[in-house]
Amino acid sequence: MAKTYKISCAGFGGQGVMTMGELITFAGMDEGKEVAWVPSYGPEMRGGTANCSVTVSDEPIGSPVFENNIDIVIAMNVPSYLKYVDKVAPGGCLFINSSIVNEEIKRTDINVYKVPVNDIADELGNQKLVNIIMLGAVVEVTKIVSPETILGSAFIKLFGEAKKKLIPANTVALGKGAESVKDQIKK
Amino acid sequence: MARVIMKGNEAVAKAAIVGGCRYFMGYPITPQNEIPEYLSRELPKVGGTFVQAESEVAAINMVYGAGASGARVMTSSSSPGIALKQEGIGYLIHGEVPAVIVSMMRGGPALGTIQPGQSDYFQAKYGGANGDKHLPVLLPGNIQEAVDAVKYAFEMADHYRHPVIVCCDGLIGQMMEPVDFDHPVEKKTKDDPANWALGCSRPGERNFIYGISDDAPDCERRNLKWQNGKYAEMAATEARYEEYMMDDAEYAFVGYGTTARILKTAANELRKEGIKIGLIRPKTAWPFPEKPFENKNIKKFIVGEMNLGQMVEDVKMACGDKEKVFFYGRCGGVIPTPEEFIDYAKKVIGGAE
Repeated sequence: MAKTYKISCAGFGGQGVMTMGELITFAGMDEGKEVAWVPSYGPEMRGGTANCSVTVSDEPIGSPVFENNIDIVIAMNVPSYLKYVDKVAPGGCLFINSSIVNEEIKRTDINVYKVPVNDIADELGNQKLVNIIMLGAVVEVTKIVSPETILGSAFIKLFGEAKKKLIPANTVALGKGAESVKDQIKK
Repeated sequence: MARVIMKGNEAVAKAAIVGGCRYFMGYPITPQNEIPEYLSRELPKVGGTFVQAESEVAAINMVYGAGASGARVMTSSSSPGIALKQEGIGYLIHGEVPAVIVSMMRGGPALGTIQPGQSDYFQAKYGGANGDKHLPVLLPGNIQEAVDAVKYAFEMADHYRHPVIVCCDGLIGQMMEPVDFDHPVEKKTKDDPANWALGCSRPGERNFIYGISDDAPDCERRNLKWQNGKYAEMAATEARYEEYMMDDAEYAFVGYGTTARILKTAANELRKEGIKIGLIRPKTAWPFPEKPFENKNIKKFIVGEMNLGQMVEDVKMACGDKEKVFFYGRCGGVIPTPEEFIDYAKKVIGGAE
């Protein structure tokens, strides 16, 4: 059956939430799916909140914007968690950056995955990798796109051939993210 | 060519180059800044010229000059910037100068907001320039259509020797989607610039671009020539629309641009509940596609816009029974959700509205 995933990536400006959404979008297209990416835009500031809405579908996409019943929410900070926790569809997935989001989660009808992305990035020695670590967890659980597509064609299309040298570090980060949620996946 | 993912504004800019545009004059404004940004980088590579003008007024008058010389030229702006260009658009029309104007609508009036809107449907369609005139307005529904619309707008502009407006909500400019630049658009015949353009005349002849008529009979003659000539041709051939799930429909959503996509999702949801509703999506504001509204099977037309009700006036006129036409909109840069349209449609269908 045709499936449409509605995904929201949210966090502080600088955490790479837009890029995370872009990588899913580019990888989705390369895997033959219909995709759309919509940014929040406005008088933004560094350290302010940023988010993007991504749709990945087996069929032509109707509305590229959505408010509620979101299949996958990625909350990289507390304001994003508070804004989105009630917008996750029942049975949907909520990924939180558990390095800085310690709120008690009351909803029992959603799947929550805690990924300590800042701690893992510390281990890797590069805080810029937080978004890729989170993305690793997201694709490990949801399988919306494959890690190979993200770090293959999608990465090159988004960043250009010149950034190819960064792929090994990103491969490690993606793998660490995936590893961190393996024992949280419900069988 | 394979599909590539691009931001709407960049895709519009690239479409202009693919469509043969070699001159762009503009002034920055959100949410269309990626258009001039892209063209400032890419136009020189193909031998073109990019000018960041000192104002929107200067930009549209530079467009007048480039277009009068027979060049394929474009400008783009957003709501308050398009407001500033109105006088120049009037001169383009009287001078019969081809040009493409991209309008990425945001919230208004005045500076309003930078978030996406559709409150400049009237601005695009009727314009603020004086005089008897029409403005052909294309209403793309996604990035692919925006690309096709820009390429086709140049064909129209040259064929009719008239400015053409490509009118998008700001969301089309800001979002990213796969797009194919090789998707073909209809080619139209164009007048030899030697017949009319400045600097292109045959030896011993001179071409003139007029911003003023000699006297009243001369001015009337021009107006009637356009009315019976190019405007009649446009009215007969350029109205475009798309119908979705209208074959057995008893109710119809009506919308354009991103709003039409939101309405499409709403229609799909209502169909799951057994409600026979479809979607009529006008792809041109002028000429307005009247035919889909002559469908007598439709009990109620439910118009959705990101404004307080503009195209709804055209729908009332086209269907000839304003009692059958209902409206729901959000404005000021707020994007309506499918759920809002579903709730409103249920009220309308149930007779509560």
